[in-house]
Amino acid sequence: MNEFLTHYAFLIVPIIKIAILVFIVLTVDAYLTWIERKVIAHIQARWGPHRVGPHGLLQPLADGVKFIFKEDPMPAHVDKVAYFLAPFITLMLALTSLAVIPFGPQHFAVFGYESGVGIADVNISLLVLFAITALAVYGVALAGWASNSKYSLLGGLRSSAQMISYELALTLSVVGVLLIAGDFSLRSIVDQQAGSGHGLLSWNVFPQIIGFICFFIAAIAETNRVPFDLPEAESELVAGFHTEYASMKFAMFFIAEYTSMITVSCLATIMFFGGWLSPFPDSWTFTHYLPSVLMIPFGLWVIFDGIRYENLFGRLVLPVVGTVLTLIGAGLIVFPVFNDAIQGIFWFMAKVFTFLFVYIWMRGTLPRFRYDQLMSFGWKFLLPVSIANVVVTSVVILWRMH
Amino acid sequence: MSAPLVIFFVLAAIAVAGAVSLIVQRHPIHSALSLIVVMVALAGLYLLMGAEFVAAVQIIVYGGAIMVLFIFVIMLLNAGEEERTNFSKLALYAGIPMAVAVTGLISAAIVNSSAVAAQPVTLTSTRTLSTLLFKEFVYPFELTSFLILVAILGAIVLAQREN
Repeated sequence: MNEFLTHYAFLIVPIIKIAILVFIVLTVDAYLTWIERKVIAHIQARWGPHRVGPHGLLQPLADGVKFIFKEDPMPAHVDKVAYFLAPFITLMLALTSLAVIPFGPQHFAVFGYESGVGIADVNISLLVLFAITALAVYGVALAGWASNSKYSLLGGLRSSAQMISYELALTLSVVGVLLIAGDFSLRSIVDQQAGSGHGLLSWNVFPQIIGFICFFIAAIAETNRVPFDLPEAESELVAGFHTEYASMKFAMFFIAEYTSMITVSCLATIMFFGGWLSPFPDSWTFTHYLPSVLMIPFGLWVIFDGIRYENLFGRLVLPVVGTVLTLIGAGLIVFPVFNDAIQGIFWFMAKVFTFLFVYIWMRGTLPRFRYDQLMSFGWKFLLPVSIANVVVTSVVILWRMH
Repeated sequence: MSAPLVIFFVLAAIAVAGAVSLIVQRHPIHSALSLIVVMVALAGLYLLMGAEFVAAVQIIVYGGAIMVLFIFVIMLLNAGEEERTNFSKLALYAGIPMAVAVTGLISAAIVNSSAVAAQPVTLTSTRTLSTLLFKEFVYPFELTSFLILVAILGAIVLAQREN
């Protein structure tokens, strides 16, 4: 048995890691919808979901159950093959793109098989990521075309035009970072940003601020989010490319959208914000207690909030959750081994969630672009600026070399 | 049979099946989808040969950009299903003999060069490739990009002629 494990570890270890990652990502996706609804509700001075579970925390679960048990009607005269394939393509590519992202600095050996925090550590990981996003257009375009509905078709056409246009700016905006790092591997791009241990001063965002702005705008357009959510502009196109989809197939588009938001946030973190590196200088070792310092007050607050919650279920559940959080926070202080191990993942998650929050914040703030504004902004402003950024960066690097 | 050989046959079968489906399908979108399958399978074959950069670029450029334009145009024109035509005389008298001849030539070449195929696969790094491209072959490379630029300009001139 043991011999079998060591012989096939190259196959078994990635499969286990994929299962864990998919589970985590789907859970985060589900709770991202909860966070989004809550944040937007509070921006608009509403309560948001608050009926299912304490603070509406079981709402994602209820939504999932609803998606599974809903009827899944198929419109007449659809192109059956493309209609079925489209949601699968979209979700598969969205989940696959997470495979090349390194989430932390550690390397560990399982059954004698060396691997990192992340599924595949390939040395052209950035190119692989762009290859997968390049294929992501097909899901949306096919869904729009196959549905046999003019709203869907228009949504699909708009979406493919938008994704083609902004993909150029997206790819060009990271060339500056690639020139600085001299490598396609996401892991070495992060390692290069460690610099000489001065924390956030050596992150790529400072020399590449224009590149980062271009990247973030193009990334929002690639993920079809506000203010670039023209493919599903509900006031004009009902629901765009997924108008004719219901039940689990609709949920697949939904999950894919949230997953690509996570992927893009991870990419922005890795390329421009030092990935899992701490923003503080290496010599400030006391900042290692930051996870505990944040977690213990939060846990105590959850307990305090739970005791006086309006219904019995909340009064029972919330204090338990709060106690667990407080104990984890205290445990990290008591066991420095664990505390050191989670530092990288803590910073990575903190940065990714900041980006996700900005995504949601923008959705609660900005109006939608008009179609011609979208196209002229992409081609006449974003693309020239990212090309200029590449030229200036290369000239500066060449200057420093001589 | 070794693992790379198994993967090769699987990818080759997918590529050939996609190519056959490309011709047999009657709807333009289905044909375009089959072509994407061929492109992605070819990228897998490049990866098997250790050309990782070429594999990624194959998907980004052919699988992504070019085929998206194909699908976009088919969707924009709303092209419907094609009628099946009768078997053309040209295909019968010129096409089939040509196909047989080409297949024979390629198989003969493969059979005679079986020793070459046994070479060990080495991963060519992107750095090596770019050094070759921008140092040794810089003139052909730049000339090719100039050629593409001329083609783009030509397309713009043709599109603007009406005004």
